[in-house]
Amino acid sequence: MAKIVERPKLTLAEKTYLPQIIGGLKITFKRMLRPWVTLEYPEQRPQLPENYRGAPTLVCDQNGREKCVSCQMCEFVCPPKAIRITPGKIQNPAQAHVEKAPQAFEINMLRCIYCGLCQEVCPEEAIVLQKVFSLNSRTRAALVHDKRRLYELGGTLPDNILKWDKKLEQAKAAEHSTH
Amino acid sequence: MLLTDNMWLQLLLDLVFAGVVLGVIMGIAGYTVLAERKVASWIQERPGPNRASIPFIVAIPVIGRFLQRIGFFQLIADGAKFLFKEEPTPRHTHRFYYVLAPMLALIPPVIVISVLPFGVWWYEGQVRPLAIANVDIGLLLVLAIGSLGLYGSVLGGWASNNKFSYMGAIRAGAQLISYELAMGLAVLPVVIWAAMPGTTGGLNMMSIVESQGTLWNVIWQPVAALVFLVALFAETGRLPFDMVESETDLVSGPSTEYGAFKFGLFYFAEYINLVIGSALFTLLFLGGWNFLPFVPAPWPENFFGSVCTVVWFTLKTFGMIFFFLWMRWTLPRFRYDQVMRIGWGMLVPLAVVNLIAYALIIPLVDKFLK
Repeated sequence: MAKIVERPKLTLAEKTYLPQIIGGLKITFKRMLRPWVTLEYPEQRPQLPENYRGAPTLVCDQNGREKCVSCQMCEFVCPPKAIRITPGKIQNPAQAHVEKAPQAFEINMLRCIYCGLCQEVCPEEAIVLQKVFSLNSRTRAALVHDKRRLYELGGTLPDNILKWDKKLEQAKAAEHSTH
Repeated sequence: MLLTDNMWLQLLLDLVFAGVVLGVIMGIAGYTVLAERKVASWIQERPGPNRASIPFIVAIPVIGRFLQRIGFFQLIADGAKFLFKEEPTPRHTHRFYYVLAPMLALIPPVIVISVLPFGVWWYEGQVRPLAIANVDIGLLLVLAIGSLGLYGSVLGGWASNNKFSYMGAIRAGAQLISYELAMGLAVLPVVIWAAMPGTTGGLNMMSIVESQGTLWNVIWQPVAALVFLVALFAETGRLPFDMVESETDLVSGPSTEYGAFKFGLFYFAEYINLVIGSALFTLLFLGGWNFLPFVPAPWPENFFGSVCTVVWFTLKTFGMIFFFLWMRWTLPRFRYDQVMRIGWGMLVPLAVVNLIAYALIIPLVDKFLK
C-alpha cells in the first residue's frame, strides 16, 4: 500500500519563501564573523595526533644498535609491496651467528599507503611510522628510500628491553656463579 | 557635459570622461571577482586568496603586507592567467560565431554603463547628472540593451555545438524572457512616480533619482522592489537562478567549450552585469545618491558636494554588490521548473497587481497630498 506523506500546512509567510531566505542570510552572516578554521599551511603546521601514521622509517635503539633483524615480515605483510629487504650478516661478530641484519632495506614511498601494518607486525619494533607527511622530490628515484635514508629519517627510539645487554649480563652472572 | 564651445575640445573632453568612467567601472567589476572569492571564503570560515604578490610592492612596510592579505594582486594574477593560457578551439564549433559570442556578451553591459548616472554636479545654477550620456529614455535603454547580453550566451551555446552548452543557452533564453517581463512591470510604478505632473521624462534616470529625494522607492513601493530584485538576480544569472551554467547538470553552460581569454570575457561580462545590476537597483529603489530616507540631501552645491554624491552612490552600490555575493553563498540553486513557476506564476501576477494598485494610488497622492 502506498504510504501517504502528510505535508505540513504552510503559512502564507512560509509560502513566499522569504522568511527562510532571511534566516539563511542570518546564518551565513554569523559565519562570516567567526574565526577561520583553516590553516595557512606552509607557515602554520597541523597539530598531529600521537598515533599519526606518516612515513615508515627504521630506528636504532639508544646504544645505536640497529634493531631490524631482517625477518622480512614487514615485506611480507606490506599490502602495496613497497618494502624490499635483502638480508645480510650482522656486523658485530658476537651476535653474527644469532641474528641477521638487513644488508639493504628499501621502502618505495611512491607505493606506500601509510597503513602501518609494517609497524604492527614488526617483532623488534624496528620499523616505526613517523609524523612526516610531506615527502616530495623531482625524481622518482629519490622517493625510494634506502637504508641510510630510512635511518636518517627514523633516528633513535629508546628501547626498554635491550635484549643483548640483558643477555650479556645473564652470561656474566652465569660465569660468576660457576666460579 | 557642455563645458566649452569648441566642438573638438568638447569631443576630446567627452572621450576622456567616458574612458575614465569605463575604466573605473571595469576596475570595480574586476575587483568584484575578488570580492566574490573573499566573501565566499569568509562565509566558509577561511581566509581566501591572500598569497599573490608583487615583490617590490609587498616590501612596503605595512601597506604592502595588507594589500597581499586582502588579495589585491590576485586580479593581476587571474588576468595574466587568462591571457597566457593555451587556447584550444574545439574543431566541432562554428568558428565565426564561436569567436563572436564572447564579444556580444561583453559589449551590451558596457553600453549600458554609458547611461547610468553616478552623481550630480552643479553648473550655472542647474543640477546635472554625472553620466556619460544623459538620455531621456535612460531606463528603457538599460532594459533594452542590457538584455541583449543574452545573445552572447545563446550564440556561444549554439556555436559550441555541444549539448550542454546548447541546453544552457536555451535555459538562458527562457529565463531571460520570463524575468524580463516581471522586471519591466515592476519598474513601471517607479516610472509613473518619477513622471510627476509638471515634469518631463519619467524614464530619465536623473528624474527617477530626484523623485526619491526623501522617500526611497524601496520604502513606499516594497513589492515592486522585491519583484525587481528577484528578477535582477535572474537576469544577472546569480546563484539562486544560475540555471544557465548550473555546473552540476550542464558542466558550465554556454561557456563550456571556451577557454583562456574568451572564457575570461564571458566571466567578466557576468561581473559587469552584477555591478550594473547593483547600480540600477540603487538608482531605482535605494534613492541613488540621496542621503538617507526622510533626510534631505545635505550635500553642498559645489565640487565637494559632487564628490559626496559620487562616493555615497558608490557605497550604496557596493552594499548591493555585497548583498548579491552574500545571497549567492546562502541559497542553493532552484530547479529549472521552479524557476519558471516562480517567474510566471508568482512574479508576473504580483507585478501586474502591484502596477494596477500603484497606477491608482499615485494619481490620488499627486492630487490630494501635494
